[in-house]
Amino acid sequence: MKVDLHVHTVLSPCGDLDMSPRPIIAAARARGIDMIGITDHNSTRQLAVMRQAAREGGLLLLPGVEVTTREEIHCLAFFPGEARVDAFQRFLDERLPAIPNDPARFGYQVIVDADERVLDEEKRLLLSAIDAGIDEVERLVHELDGIFVPAHVDKSRDSVLSQLGFIPPALDCDAIELSARADPALFFAMNPLLSGYPVIRSSDAHYLDDVGKVFTCIYPADDSFDAIRDAIRGAFLP
Amino acid sequence: MKVHEMIQPLALVACSGQQGLDREVSGGYTSDLLSDVMGHAREGQVWITIQAHRNVIAIASLKEIAAVILVRGRRPDEETASASDQEGIPVFSTPLDAFEASGILHGLLNAATTPGEG
Repeated sequence: MKVDLHVHTVLSPCGDLDMSPRPIIAAARARGIDMIGITDHNSTRQLAVMRQAAREGGLLLLPGVEVTTREEIHCLAFFPGEARVDAFQRFLDERLPAIPNDPARFGYQVIVDADERVLDEEKRLLLSAIDAGIDEVERLVHELDGIFVPAHVDKSRDSVLSQLGFIPPALDCDAIELSARADPALFFAMNPLLSGYPVIRSSDAHYLDDVGKVFTCIYPADDSFDAIRDAIRGAFLP
Repeated sequence: MKVHEMIQPLALVACSGQQGLDREVSGGYTSDLLSDVMGHAREGQVWITIQAHRNVIAIASLKEIAAVILVRGRRPDEETASASDQEGIPVFSTPLDAFEASGILHGLLNAATTPGEG
């Protein structure tokens, strides 16, 4: 199964305005992707429409979010079902600082329907760090039976390695993610201690052209959330 | 200068690692990027940061940092405090921001090393 588990939508301020539900699904299908993860910055509010669009478009969707922790570390989190997504959204609402977005500077943060009509706008800046450390976020994600993956760990900013120097041994990561630009062989040669972690690679797409450009092959027993989690925990690069 | 001599001028609250209060301070390093501290901080320096994660203590121990000062009222996480106790590296909290704390520490260190003063 080809999966691209790190895709933004129009809701992310840095996401292109073309990143609306149906075009994202079509772009992923055009690249032969079987499942995408939707991971907007610090918000899950575009997921409901995305799920519907994925169902109609015949694509599997893993509902997620890209959290910015207090340490300014980006982490992907995925949840089984709407109730868990909503519970995590309440946590985000509590912990996201009340700093308003300036669309002229950072971009629009809109929630759209399948026909690209604007349903709502997120007023608070989603690029802020939430008031919770990486350990607390990881624990909550796992309490909600979710999947926790530190994002683009090879990047020199916004990553667990750039912010904390190394991955805390007690942090329970289901996998780590390498960015689209990473050279995996070089990365693991330079970070031999990380070779025990399962690894996914994703596009981190903010533009339609990038959806599915980078992907990971996983081998779940079926398309249930539990099977997908097991497959992610067993994901190693060739 | 000893670690405990910074307490009053920097309005420090001792949070953990009190057994290290008599360590010698050779300088200071202000950074929130742990990889930067790993690469550039030197033995005996006081590390001024807003980062309260337990990795701070791991890096402080590796670099033989004299003490850690968390700015703007940040307190160490529970794991950070217990690691600090284990390593004997004091962690302080100050209401000052990193700029103010660095300025005061710089002044203290200059006064301590200028002959004929103090």
